[in-house]
Amino acid sequence: MLIPHPLLGPRDAQEFTYLGDASLIARPDGTAAGAEEAFFEYTYLRDNPAGTHRELWFHEAGDRSWLVVTRNTLTHEILDAQLASDLALAMCPEARE
Amino acid sequence: MSRFSGGLINRSRALSFTFDKKTYSGHPGDTLASALLANGVRLMGRSFKYHRPRGAFTAGSEEPNALVELRSGARREPNTRATVAELYDGLVATSQNRCPSLAFDAMRINDLFAPFFAAGFYYKTFMWPASFWENVYEPVIRRAAGLGSLSMEADPDAYDKGFLHCDLLVVGGGPAGLSAALTAARAGARVILADEDFRLGGRLLTETLLLDEAPAQNWIGSVEAEFASLPNLRVLPRTTVFGAYDHGIFGAVERTADHLATPGSCVRQTLWRITAKRTVLAAGALERHIPFANNDRPGIMLAGAMRAYANRWAVSAADKIAVFTNNDDGHRTALDLASKGAEIVAVVDTRPEAKPRGDYPFFPGSMVINARGTLGLVSIDISRDGGIERLACGALGVSGGWNPNVHLASHHRARPVWREDLLAFVPGDVGGPPGLRAAGASAGCTSMHAALTDGARVARETLADLGIDARSPDVPKAEDEVVTPHAFWHVPGNGRAWVDFQNDVTVKDIELAHKENMRPIEHLKRWTTLGMATDQGKTANVTALAIMASLTGKSIPETGTTMFRPPYTGVSISVLGGGDKGPHFRPRRLTPTHRWATENGAEFVQAGQWMRAQYYRRSGDAEPRATVDREAAAVRSSVGICDVTTLGKIDVQGADAGAFLERIYCNALASLAVGKVRYGLMLREDGFAYDDGTCARLANDHYVVTSTTANAGLVYRNMEFVRQCLWPDLDVQIISTSESWAQIAVAGPQSRTLLSRIVDNFDLSNEAFPFMACTELTRCSGVRSRLFRVSFSGELAYEIAVPTRYGNALMSLLIELGEDLDVTPYGTEAMGVLRIEKGHAAGAEINGQTTAQMLGLGRMVSRKKDAIGVILSRREGLAADARRLIGLLPVDTKDKLVAGAHLFAVGAQKVTEADQGWITSACHSPHLKCYIALGFLENGAHRMGEVIVAANPLEDSEVSVRVMSPHFVDPEGVRQRA
Repeated sequence: MLIPHPLLGPRDAQEFTYLGDASLIARPDGTAAGAEEAFFEYTYLRDNPAGTHRELWFHEAGDRSWLVVTRNTLTHEILDAQLASDLALAMCPEARE
Repeated sequence: MSRFSGGLINRSRALSFTFDKKTYSGHPGDTLASALLANGVRLMGRSFKYHRPRGAFTAGSEEPNALVELRSGARREPNTRATVAELYDGLVATSQNRCPSLAFDAMRINDLFAPFFAAGFYYKTFMWPASFWENVYEPVIRRAAGLGSLSMEADPDAYDKGFLHCDLLVVGGGPAGLSAALTAARAGARVILADEDFRLGGRLLTETLLLDEAPAQNWIGSVEAEFASLPNLRVLPRTTVFGAYDHGIFGAVERTADHLATPGSCVRQTLWRITAKRTVLAAGALERHIPFANNDRPGIMLAGAMRAYANRWAVSAADKIAVFTNNDDGHRTALDLASKGAEIVAVVDTRPEAKPRGDYPFFPGSMVINARGTLGLVSIDISRDGGIERLACGALGVSGGWNPNVHLASHHRARPVWREDLLAFVPGDVGGPPGLRAAGASAGCTSMHAALTDGARVARETLADLGIDARSPDVPKAEDEVVTPHAFWHVPGNGRAWVDFQNDVTVKDIELAHKENMRPIEHLKRWTTLGMATDQGKTANVTALAIMASLTGKSIPETGTTMFRPPYTGVSISVLGGGDKGPHFRPRRLTPTHRWATENGAEFVQAGQWMRAQYYRRSGDAEPRATVDREAAAVRSSVGICDVTTLGKIDVQGADAGAFLERIYCNALASLAVGKVRYGLMLREDGFAYDDGTCARLANDHYVVTSTTANAGLVYRNMEFVRQCLWPDLDVQIISTSESWAQIAVAGPQSRTLLSRIVDNFDLSNEAFPFMACTELTRCSGVRSRLFRVSFSGELAYEIAVPTRYGNALMSLLIELGEDLDVTPYGTEAMGVLRIEKGHAAGAEINGQTTAQMLGLGRMVSRKKDAIGVILSRREGLAADARRLIGLLPVDTKDKLVAGAHLFAVGAQKVTEADQGWITSACHSPHLKCYIALGFLENGAHRMGEVIVAANPLEDSEVSVRVMSPHFVDPEGVRQRA
């Protein structure tokens, strides 16, 4: 498989390490009320779609970027790849302000 | 058997080879099968199940029968197809699946019991008792079945793997492939042309058809000459593209040296990973046969193969030839062999209206209904007009039409599509390997002209997708006769008619599967093993499908389809490894002091990829344990040094470095002062302990943290995840510096004295540089260093880090300067002993199933902050776990303790329900002069002094042990603070 790295162009998937569902970016606030329940869902509950899936890949043998890759799990077609830090930064409350 | 004239063999050279120890002769250009046929050998193998005598059935890689063991000794390779094994001088081949000899095989008795071995025999027979499955049935079946045997020796040859990239990959170098590659290469596209044969040309090599009224060889020669002049085209002969993978990546094996007796300085095979923007599948077509009774006699082969042997290799399996066909193509075989001088005794055509195409005995509207000759064909029975005629012949060519070779096109679960006009499946349009299109016979072309023009057309259209403008070359004029197929699938009758030769599946087996309602093709396959042999049923599947369709009354496409999986033909494990074996199996990382350790007699142990010094044996050491005891004792009494570079070292810098680490570690780090080190424990988000190490603050915005050796890569990966994905707003940068710094532990009461001899003007006194202090300094007149006062052994100890290139010199210097202090290098074994004596947790304790509480570190977990894992570490199930890390001493000090033993109350039954814990680490302690152990015990914190039992049922041993604090040495920590 080839992963279209947003900075480096198409790279062989063997250079990457797979983590899983991109929802892991949205870590709950541990100081908020009901954190334990939120963390239980965050840690253990995942969708496992047959089709389009957003997932985290780490360019371990490359530039060490974490990417959010949108992949069709049925065909392995890769529809999109973005820097996870860009997406995560957009979710930060400070960045939105 | 003499050779015909002509053929693509070099008669000026003779190659000597042996088959079953008998010596024969062939020529360059021969395959093992063609050379054996030229020597009158038709019998080449025995079938899988019934041990039926078999000969070459095809002239290509689809061969089901002629499987031999090639080469001898460590290079012996079972199940090699004689039809594609290129002949070389000194080749040694041995028949397989027979005992004692190919002509007399004791296991042919299976053939007499054939009525019992019907479809599903194994499923029906070896059902009970279940206890027999593994111990009785499987060994017996395995001995009786199976084909070749392994040499059981290591492969002595070298293999390689490589990467290739191209605009267009052309799979197959026949007429369509050559014209596709020519079209693309002339347009300037980067082209790779791969063909499994050792000669380009494919079907052009095996036919007598003319191209532009000249022999096809002339055209192939001119194309090859042009190929050689085109730098943008790479031809890979002897290369099988065996699989299509995601995103236009193809696997291919190039048999670089399989045609040589030994590879010499070459690699034997190369695994290519080809990334192609577009692919033309020009893999040709595979002929199918017509099952009739005893159609597996040696000498019976596909008509196209018979023609190939005559035209390309100038051989025939016999003098008297017959042909059995349902189409015009079969007649070509008779014509070609007749023109070479063979005697054609019959052309049997199932079509009543068919006309002969030459002067040979012709049997229209007839069938071959039986064949005789156990070890080789003697005669055939022909049914004509209700009568039966027996004709003597030594070889029979069978043609039941052609199947486009859809193998690679179906690798991504793309279903081939049935074409009624061709009576065959062609590659479908939906799904399939991206960017792949079939051309020529693979796409259903049936004439040479159609294949040549189709190859050029498909290449042109494919390149247009890439914006490359290609023009069709002037393809030579070739025959353009459309061969109309005829639906005649098998000869009815009572005898056994083979469909799948390699797995011994007959028409009767298919009929039985139908009766037993195993009708869907997937069931049929598994019930009868049809198509499940190493040839994947290339010559069998469509015929079987047609037979099942006729039984069910459904159409062929309704009955099922033929799908294939990688690999196209067998791929050796050796080439998949691509040379990654022995020391190259995985990278070996050497510590900076490796040279010193080697020179000083270290024994090494693998720690992940690292080679670490395990111990330094001295001649005076009585036994291996004495070495470890001596090294550990030296640390307690004077000073020892040990390379600890393998610990992960991560540099953390930035204004928010402290805030970042607060979230990485479960314990509080915000209060860590500059110049101080603190122990840090990481949890996983699920609340379990993950890894531990030290965190040193070198400046306000600069920390250096360490991880365990085993988790160095993972911890760094996770820290990057936290930095990029969870808190990207923090101003922090991290980088792994594990290989930039050599780090050496200097441990023992004399460590300060030793270190003071190398540092430049630095006060090492306890007041100036206390326990858990760190600093950057220089040593030896200006070499940049870092010094950490940390202790893994419990003694006064330091770790000194220097740039990696100074590591080896530092080691020798410390040994040299410490001679009067009896400085002792120690390895990982002694390090393990020292940490067990001190009660420090390591990998055996932090194994992913234990919590901070269990490790006795529960109070470290901050209740004030949010950090990775702290939230779920509080959940009920983990918080209520009362197992605790404890130390264990044998009541009888002569007793030995082993890790893995389980803990029980005295008198308890040794059953899971009574299990109270387990030993994680055990060693002999030179300090206590007996074995000691660490382990986890139920309610362990409140059981100090209690005597329990450590049981090791594997060795049937039980040892009485006393529970105590895990800190066997200096529990107050006086020594490390000295």
